[in-house]
Amino acid sequence: MDPFLNSGDTAWMLISTALVILMTIPGVALFYGGLIRRENVLNTIFLSFISFAIVSIIWFVYGYDLAFGADIWGFIGTLANPLFGGVIESNSLSTYAPTIPTGLYAVFQMTFAAITVALISGAVVERMKFSAWLAFIPVWITLVYIPVSHWMWGGGWLAQMGALDFAGGTVVHVNCGMAALALVLLLGARKNSQLLPHHLGYSIIGTGLLWFGWFGFNAGSALGATNLAVSAMIVTNMSAAVGMITWILMDKLETGKPTLLGALSGAIAGLAAITPAAGYVNITAAIIIGFIASICAYYAVSHLKPRLGYDDSLDVFGIHGVCGIVGTLAVGIFATPLINSAIKGGLIAGNPGQIGIQLLAVLVIGVYAFVMTLIIGKIIDMTIGLRVETKDEVQGLDINLHEESGYRLS
Amino acid sequence: MKKILAIIRPDKLEEVKEALEGIGCHGLTVKEVRGRGRQLGITESYRGHDYKVDLLPKTEIEIVTKEDDIENIIQTIITKAQTGDIGDGKIFISSVEEVIRIRTGERGEKAV
Repeated sequence: MDPFLNSGDTAWMLISTALVILMTIPGVALFYGGLIRRENVLNTIFLSFISFAIVSIIWFVYGYDLAFGADIWGFIGTLANPLFGGVIESNSLSTYAPTIPTGLYAVFQMTFAAITVALISGAVVERMKFSAWLAFIPVWITLVYIPVSHWMWGGGWLAQMGALDFAGGTVVHVNCGMAALALVLLLGARKNSQLLPHHLGYSIIGTGLLWFGWFGFNAGSALGATNLAVSAMIVTNMSAAVGMITWILMDKLETGKPTLLGALSGAIAGLAAITPAAGYVNITAAIIIGFIASICAYYAVSHLKPRLGYDDSLDVFGIHGVCGIVGTLAVGIFATPLINSAIKGGLIAGNPGQIGIQLLAVLVIGVYAFVMTLIIGKIIDMTIGLRVETKDEVQGLDINLHEESGYRLS
Repeated sequence: MKKILAIIRPDKLEEVKEALEGIGCHGLTVKEVRGRGRQLGITESYRGHDYKVDLLPKTEIEIVTKEDDIENIIQTIITKAQTGDIGDGKIFISSVEEVIRIRTGERGEKAV
């Protein structure tokens, strides 16, 4: 029987796409915007918004084709329809999700590319030139995000090996975490590298939008209004909840008091870690993943970062990178065909080899993202320059780079 | 004539203001300021990391008054702004050479 458009699946994927858009603008933008100095609030929010705009354009000019077009040697897709020419007009259904339009699958994937770039910005806020960020986005999307998403999701070599990443543990979180680490090593520490949030209220709203939008991110990755989407939604919520509680417990044990930013961070840690596993694991596994990811992220941001001395401003590596790694490896342990019949499962389901494949995916994508970002960043540094003038950094970026200020209350 | 400059906890402003009104001291200027005393601020914890916050938000009240009223005003501020904990603030008294009311041009104590 020929595939046909399913209006239920299409409706759910339209909603999921909108939910993921909400995660970047304004979710990430507000989450990050609340955590920095008040003099940089507009610049920080701007980095997310401009990422979304630029990626939106690139994705439909050539990005989708290169990521999801017919595979060339496992490395990249074929650029068959630049400017998405003829695809929408043909009313075709997606080869990746045969009950929804190709265009819908493409725009859903666009939102993943956009949020990955926006997430990186959290590491470089308060000191990166806006012009350098504008240059970074298209180059990084083209040379890093597009190939990596092809390897994992577009039928590339990692997908052919059987590597599993349900909604972006490697493509989104390991990818952005390692890119963030590379950029901060090039940029160096801020003059004032204290994390003293100027407006936690923004971050609370931002995290709420992220948690809410994550249901589109993970349950949407089922690519239809199916039982799998329901399962993914439940484990996503469970992992976030456990991640939050775990971070609060860590706070209590280590510093004596629960903090709200800690609770938000734990929720995001749980969400990031369950992302690669959302469509493959049951609730018990989600509880374990949220618990372990939150502890790992806590140690990464509160012990590893100060010890190594790098200034990952808003802990993109510490939370997204680390939890992406935890979740991707967890797939190799907890994935089960009882949840998703399309896979063989992981260690517990009697397929220990899956751990090795997951580890390979983490290593390859992590190293590739790190090295390529170092090269891209270095070239931008030598041409445009990565870092703002010291004077601009001390006074704040809003007034010096954009000639506007976030607060004029009197 | 004297100037009273009192640095108090921001949450004590309303009480102090009302009490001053009660003793007939109406004119005052209030500023939001930041500062620190001997205790050098407080510690805040974000993502498992402790940060020293050197400068804390405080409220500064400025009152220019006749010398006879000084003690009464000082005692009122102390009574209302005191918690007994570190960070209650300080009061500074200084002399004022001249006061001029812009509306009428009056000078000296008449203009206070």
